[in-house]
Amino acid sequence: MKARRSLAERLVLGAPWAWLIVFFLIPFLIVVKISLSEAALAQPPYKPVFDLGDGWEALSKLGELSLSAYAGLADDWLYAQAYLSSLRLAFVSTLCTLALAYPLAYAMARAPLRLRPILVTLAVAPFWTSFLIRVYAWITILRDEGLLNHALLWLGLIAEPLHIFASDAAVVIGIVYSYLPFMVLPLYNAIARQPPELLEAAADLGASPTAAFWRVTVPLSMPGVLAGCLLVFIPAIGEFVIPDLLGGSDTLMIGRTLWVEFFDNRDWPAASAVAVVLLALLLGPMALYERSQMAEAGS
Amino acid sequence: MSKGSHTRTLALLFGFSFLYAPIALLVIYSFNASRLVTVWGGFSTRWYVSLLENDQLIASAWMSLRVAFMSALLATVVGTCAAIALTRFGRFRGRLVFSSMIYAPLVMPEVITGLSLLLLFVALDIPRGFWTVVVAHATLGMCFVAVVVHARLVTLDRSLEEAAMDLGATPGRALMSVTLPLAAPSILAGYGLAFILSIDDLVIASFTSGPGSTTLPMRIYSQVRLGVTPEINAISTLLIAGVALVLVLGLALGLTERRQRA
Repeated sequence: MKARRSLAERLVLGAPWAWLIVFFLIPFLIVVKISLSEAALAQPPYKPVFDLGDGWEALSKLGELSLSAYAGLADDWLYAQAYLSSLRLAFVSTLCTLALAYPLAYAMARAPLRLRPILVTLAVAPFWTSFLIRVYAWITILRDEGLLNHALLWLGLIAEPLHIFASDAAVVIGIVYSYLPFMVLPLYNAIARQPPELLEAAADLGASPTAAFWRVTVPLSMPGVLAGCLLVFIPAIGEFVIPDLLGGSDTLMIGRTLWVEFFDNRDWPAASAVAVVLLALLLGPMALYERSQMAEAGS
Repeated sequence: MSKGSHTRTLALLFGFSFLYAPIALLVIYSFNASRLVTVWGGFSTRWYVSLLENDQLIASAWMSLRVAFMSALLATVVGTCAAIALTRFGRFRGRLVFSSMIYAPLVMPEVITGLSLLLLFVALDIPRGFWTVVVAHATLGMCFVAVVVHARLVTLDRSLEEAAMDLGATPGRALMSVTLPLAAPSILAGYGLAFILSIDDLVIASFTSGPGSTTLPMRIYSQVRLGVTPEINAISTLLIAGVALVLVLGLALGLTERRQRA
């Protein structure tokens, strides 16, 4: 342990600290504060509860904090439905993503060594292209007169167009597609690092390849499964772009609710309260994710 | 064994066609002569020509490039500092809080990040515009840079740095002339990641931008809401081509470097 850090060291540590406190931590406190204010027809559209500029006097105003935004949240069944339906859609999407990603990641991890960097790049590359554009691509595919229905009608598999666009199913497809790279990568890492001798040992002990897969490969890849699922599940709950572009008018997701409260209804306290409750919901999964990440980074 | 390898090839083919078919269709239909996005009306480049005449779109593309350039620069400097702190400073006070704050934005729903930063700017009475978007994107980007650079720094051999110090270099000098050059590829990758995140972002930019600082995704989004047009396919194709070019260059650079080291 060094007794004192040099000026340069303090700068290296201080810059990210200061940045995170000012642009990450304090903004959340402001969200909490505004969620406890009352909506008003003003600019900005809320009644200021207290100012930090008031100093100690601010404490005496604590009694003026208003829970009306939260009361509004509890009164309107629509909010609860939006939270529940976000959880449900995110959960279903996570499972579908896992089902699709596992065979892909497994095949990548068992491919010849010289091919693997190329396969990994191919799997991650879509992530580097715009999220919005990739979601947009699905509009033209899924619409009633879209490419998928054209193809299925032409093949004679269906007699009339499927109504996938503007439904929950389209949202699930969109989430699976957009988040697939986030699932494939941790799975690939978890499978590729398993020593091949393990499978040989299992075979020597009489396990069939199928049994070895289920009893050796899959259990050992569980940290990757957990990390991948959390990487999809957590952001998917608060997703806005996908439900907005692919979902129907009856597709309820909380990220969209927050957006509408803020941009369309200009109810900042309500939007803040929605954000605070969403964050509270995500705290558990996020703590789990952070623990797995820090264990991974060896720190 | 050969049966297993067939199944795996099938899994690869299926997985990658799912990933790439929508992008391929998007690109193909950007050359569609017909205004109807799903009916093929022959090959044409008319939508690219009409892009050039769309001044609003071009202005927002410039805005996005400027925002991405600046925010990725800030993100790389601050994020690299964070990565050095995480790997080299041992158990400093508040380390757990620090690393929690680094990892949290990676999964944080964008609506929350966007809303909270907007409320900060309003509380500080800062007019929204170019710089507020830059700061918002840099906040997200620095966390990604920190994770990427940190992952590289922990794999570096500490003994090189120690050798430099044995030869009389101060810890700071050893960091600047030994560690950072070795970590340079990851720092560059971090910059690229932060740049891409910024240029892709719709949600955070929508919250933190003001009049006159509309970014390209915001412009595309409002056009998509009005209706799907081949012009959007055309601008998307250009963006995809740009990213593909950067990726191929990066891959080629990585391969030659690996060959030189081998």
